[in-house]
Amino acid sequence: MYSRLYKLVVSLPPLTWVALFLLMPYALMFAHSFWLVRDGFLIHQWNLQNYAKLFQNPVYATVLLRTARIAASVTILSLLLGYPLAYYMSFHAGIRKDLLYQLVIVPLWVSYLVRGYAWKTILGSEGVLNGFLQYLHITHAPVSFFLYSPFAVVLMLTHIYTPFVFLPLYASLEHIPRNLIEASHDLGASPRSTFFRIILPLSLPGLLAGATFAFVLSLGDFLAPLLVGGPSSIMIANIVQSLFGTAYDWPLGAAISVCILLLTVTLLFLTEHLEKKWAFR
Amino acid sequence: MTVASSSSVASISAASGAPLLEVRNIAKNFGVHRVLKNISLEIAAGEFLTLLGESGSGKTTLLRLIAGFEQPTSGEIWMSGARLDTLPPYRRRVNTVFQNYALFPHLNVQENVAYGLEVTRASRSEIPTRVADALRMVKMHSFASARPATLSGGQQQRVALARALVNRPQLLLLDEPLSALDANLRKQMQSELKSLQRELGITFLFVTHDQDEAMALSDRIALLKDGALEQVATPREIYAHPSTAYTAQFIGQTNLLHGQISNGVATWASLHWPTSAPNGPVTFSLRPESIHLTNDTHVAEFSRSASESAVAPTTVHFRATILQQTFSGSSEQLEIKCANHTLRVRIPSTNQLSGEHNFYFSPTSATPVRE
Amino acid sequence: MSTSRSTTRRAPLLATYAILVFAFLYLPIAVLILYSFNRDGVGGFPPHRLTLAWYRQLLADGPIWDSVLNSLFVALGAVAISLTLGLLAALALDRADFPGKSLFRRLVLLPLILPGIITGLSLLMFAVTLNFSRSLVLVFFGHGTALISVATTELFAGLQKLDRAQEEASLDLGATPLQTFWRVTLPSLRLSLVAAGLLVFTLSMDEIAVTFFLIGSNNTLPLEIFARLRRGITPEINAISTLIFAISVILILIWYRIRTRSIGHQTQELLERP
Repeated sequence: MYSRLYKLVVSLPPLTWVALFLLMPYALMFAHSFWLVRDGFLIHQWNLQNYAKLFQNPVYATVLLRTARIAASVTILSLLLGYPLAYYMSFHAGIRKDLLYQLVIVPLWVSYLVRGYAWKTILGSEGVLNGFLQYLHITHAPVSFFLYSPFAVVLMLTHIYTPFVFLPLYASLEHIPRNLIEASHDLGASPRSTFFRIILPLSLPGLLAGATFAFVLSLGDFLAPLLVGGPSSIMIANIVQSLFGTAYDWPLGAAISVCILLLTVTLLFLTEHLEKKWAFR
Repeated sequence: MTVASSSSVASISAASGAPLLEVRNIAKNFGVHRVLKNISLEIAAGEFLTLLGESGSGKTTLLRLIAGFEQPTSGEIWMSGARLDTLPPYRRRVNTVFQNYALFPHLNVQENVAYGLEVTRASRSEIPTRVADALRMVKMHSFASARPATLSGGQQQRVALARALVNRPQLLLLDEPLSALDANLRKQMQSELKSLQRELGITFLFVTHDQDEAMALSDRIALLKDGALEQVATPREIYAHPSTAYTAQFIGQTNLLHGQISNGVATWASLHWPTSAPNGPVTFSLRPESIHLTNDTHVAEFSRSASESAVAPTTVHFRATILQQTFSGSSEQLEIKCANHTLRVRIPSTNQLSGEHNFYFSPTSATPVRE
Repeated sequence: MSTSRSTTRRAPLLATYAILVFAFLYLPIAVLILYSFNRDGVGGFPPHRLTLAWYRQLLADGPIWDSVLNSLFVALGAVAISLTLGLLAALALDRADFPGKSLFRRLVLLPLILPGIITGLSLLMFAVTLNFSRSLVLVFFGHGTALISVATTELFAGLQKLDRAQEEASLDLGATPLQTFWRVTLPSLRLSLVAAGLLVFTLSMDEIAVTFFLIGSNNTLPLEIFARLRRGITPEINAISTLIFAISVILILIWYRIRTRSIGHQTQELLERP
């Protein structure tokens, strides 16, 4: 039904743009990771020094591990918050479902900065939380570890990514035909049994999608440490950021970025593969 | 009287003892909408009972109440002498075959069928054999490791059946299981279901809106209309002696004749015939196949007036004009006009007819029905 | 069996948990809004002496409003680019087959899940290699590129809902493909386009990660706020945050209503999978 000209006209512009502004930049970044910086100048000399540095210098491994730990904590906490919420809304909310859904997506799209800033003001030594605790005489002096700590980073990122985890999960749960649950009860399975045998397995695709999203974005986050993190919560993206800033070493920064990019793409492929395996329709 | 044909109920019950399932004064409201209005019904063990009705008649709701997916607003359900409606669905010895099969997409055929046995912790060693037997019974044993998504509708239907039956329920509920299948497959599955039920002796409660299906499969039919039982009887009984005009029209086709009875004589459109029904206004149900074409070339013999009928006529003759003739293979459907009334007639297939012809019917074919 | 009529079972424990999760999601923002009216600044408890002083200070704050203008410039540009290219990309994905199509699809959708820093840095390297300096225009290209994925996803869903037969009818009646596109396809995508535009606008106004690396001397609003945060917290920031929150909420709710009308609830939720 669509002529070749039609298909050409619709495909060419986005293809060109994507090639120019996505493919080429990634390729350039890839290329940069093999170059060097000497005396403040970029040298186009092909080598593997940057990658060697990454694997040899323990600092990078430490930071990467810490980042992965933070990202994993955020993912798990988001799931712990998001799954019961999605489950409740899908199976027990009745008429209020739609209203509650809007209540969840609002924080999702409202400014990252606003939400991060809110935590900054709450968690500080002079902040609202400390003031609240002292007002109730639960504590008598400001608690300092609330802010500028990994705790604060995890808290803030969980706050940001819980709605992200919620959405695909909710979609998966909504997609489960209700007659399957009735069938399960009919065959003798209690609600608890039905959850573990039917609902949970069928919600895995959505769960996986949400978890990947939260993990990857937390992994590459550099703003949360800047807002609420301290020296002990520097994440890998902060290192990249400084390598492109004051610690001028673009090739090294590019190398780390390539690693993050490859990690993301690998995770995406993995989840896509798993989703296909589990796509039971 | 909501439980009609109590004689047939009594006969079946008497044959096998107490009824398996008793629905006692069940009512169900959804908000202000009264979906079921005081239903009482008994189902005997080993019986194939069909709940027949239009959409909205409440038949599916009644089924779901028995399965346990809904709670009655009032009334009780008893099975084998114990209260059923207070139990959650997973504790009832009742299994359901769902309309859209509801097979678990992430489990293969074998795992689907084994599901009920696994969750109720049936003996581990028994499960594989019971599953295999159930699959063999529905002729799906070669599909044991297939995923439901790869099966056709008819195949999924069989797996759903096996999945329910493997648990040896006391009562099997079937919610319009054949409605998604095409005509030929449907006929085939109907006969398979019937023979399966006979073989296993399990009580089947079958829901459908298709009256042909109901008549072909059932030991008894319970016709529901607007949440109330219209008539409960065997297929032959319900066809030959419908109790209401609705029943007469829903099951098979009929002509409704509105007439009068006085002194044992029914009068309709200047025709008379003897009847034992009480005096007063009356509606008769006259099946199209009960009206016959006659080759009698004599002028139509109208029955004499009541006072003259020393010998009751055995047939009622009348003359009518053919308005329309529709050929349907083995028979003809005629639309005829007789004294301002239009009647539907079914006769064996013949040549094209037209004009005025003589017809007759037997008085016993005219069944009085309630409106 | 109609299951939609069955009454939803009560689950008090789960409901309580759900309320707690909502509290977690909203309390920080509520606190932030509350303290924008607090005379004694941010912190301490409880807030007293409510005032609008911070809002007045905000109104008089020149640089902030300059940055708002910059943000608007970038956002509107991003909407233009992403809607145009997103529409074409959605059409291509829906109707055309070509070698490398799945790679194309993945590439288009990649910025959705890739951390912003990667997208930003790669574009920076690209720009510098071509001798372009950091500037608002660069940010404009960056947002446009990153947000094509959002627009494509929205418009693709809208296309799915389209009845192909309508376009066939148009061709059958004598319209050329171009006329069909203009008279039939585009009008039925109207709601999707508005929804996509709203979403891209909102996301662009809030974008920090990509912008961080591409920005020159002219700040966008989020970056202006971010810069001030490094210097210290003032309730004026609470005030502007409250305003941002209020406007975002309105825009998001409008977007949601439009989107649900254009593609229905079921598809709506399916889309939320990145």
